Amino acid sequence: MTTNTKHWNDARMRNIMGTLLRVGVFSAAFLAVSGGVLFFIQHPKEISDFTTFKGEPAKFRQVHLIVKEAFNLRGRDVIQLGLLLLIATPVARVIFSLIGFLIEKDWIYVAITAIVLIILSVSLFSNYLTF
Amino acid sequence: MVTFIAILFAGALFAGFIGSLTGLGGGVIIVPLLTIGFGVDIRYAIGTSLISVISTSSGAASSYVKEGILNIRIGMFLEIATTLGAIAGAAIAVFAPTHAISIIFGLVLLYSAIVSFQKRKGELDSENLPEEKPNRMAELLKAKGTYPTADGLKKYTLQHLGGGFTVMSLAGILSGLLGIGSGALKVIAMDSIMKIPFKVSTSTSNFMIGVTAAASAGIYLNRGYIDPVLSMPVMVGVLIGSLIGAKFLIRSRTKSIRIIFAIVITLLAFEMIYNGLAKNI
Repeated sequence: MTTNTKHWNDARMRNIMGTLLRVGVFSAAFLAVSGGVLFFIQHPKEISDFTTFKGEPAKFRQVHLIVKEAFNLRGRDVIQLGLLLLIATPVARVIFSLIGFLIEKDWIYVAITAIVLIILSVSLFSNYLTF
Repeated sequence: MVTFIAILFAGALFAGFIGSLTGLGGGVIIVPLLTIGFGVDIRYAIGTSLISVISTSSGAASSYVKEGILNIRIGMFLEIATTLGAIAGAAIAVFAPTHAISIIFGLVLLYSAIVSFQKRKGELDSENLPEEKPNRMAELLKAKGTYPTADGLKKYTLQHLGGGFTVMSLAGILSGLLGIGSGALKVIAMDSIMKIPFKVSTSTSNFMIGVTAAASAGIYLNRGYIDPVLSMPVMVGVLIGSLIGAKFLIRSRTKSIRIIFAIVITLLAFEMIYNGLAKNI
């Protein structure tokens, strides 16, 4: 293994990873702010009460419903898509790391990253399991 | 409602700044801000906090990662422990009396603040690490690295892998249980136990927090703890604050970060203990 090549790949990986995180977070923030603006336009007088826990409705809880509802362009639905995108951003970073380690043929870290990805998948799709 | 959102945004801005500067994440400030400051139910506060934690970590890490201070490999390896812990923590959250865990956590934080203050006398041990004999596991995991200082690149090798892994699992459990980043514990695991330089520890911690929080955020999202109206201003505020904090970290010196870190965790420790005793959590 030539250290120069490895160093170069690591530096490149860092750069792409930084960009990936930035794009993910800012897209999520953009969606959330857009949704917030829509919400204030659509419900200028609404007062939300958070002092007692009621739990969110299914359309704010389930991944496929969040994606589907967002296309109706209602404020809260768009915010929730932004929040889902935010949660997906670290997951995307792990997926990218996996690709990076595959390119570097760093098999130990391919395995380690795959384990992290499996753990994350189990968690994020826990609503499709009985939990 | 607009006023509520605006104040929430300002609080989140501050939380993000402190969180990113210290590697703590904004969660530990957001939960008390929402519950004590705004009377928000703890479950909504936890859901919102997790969102803020992800945006702090990812926003700040997008800057750190290019600087070459953090260690991606060590972070990835330890994320096995934190994500497993996070899922366990979210699962325990259903059954456990969280006020008891809050008290324990407060005590742990208080202890770490004391240790952090004491360490300032022997500042050199963290900054001028002798090249220690690498162990086989660390060698296999390539758990070493270099980081830039004023005197050029410094080398370090990771020590006490098992102890670090255990504390990281605990950090994950607390993250999943309380909706916080557990950055303090992650920094302790790396800085105090694994003997990773402080700046590398704080930035790698920030990098790991997002993945850890995502592991429990999925479960909280499914449970309906994450409200869009509450989360939006917090997420955006924390994000902007964390980016300002990240710029600050690169310029500032380790000693001042350590002092801020110690003060912040002392305050948080009392807060956690108080909330536990008052059964607010």
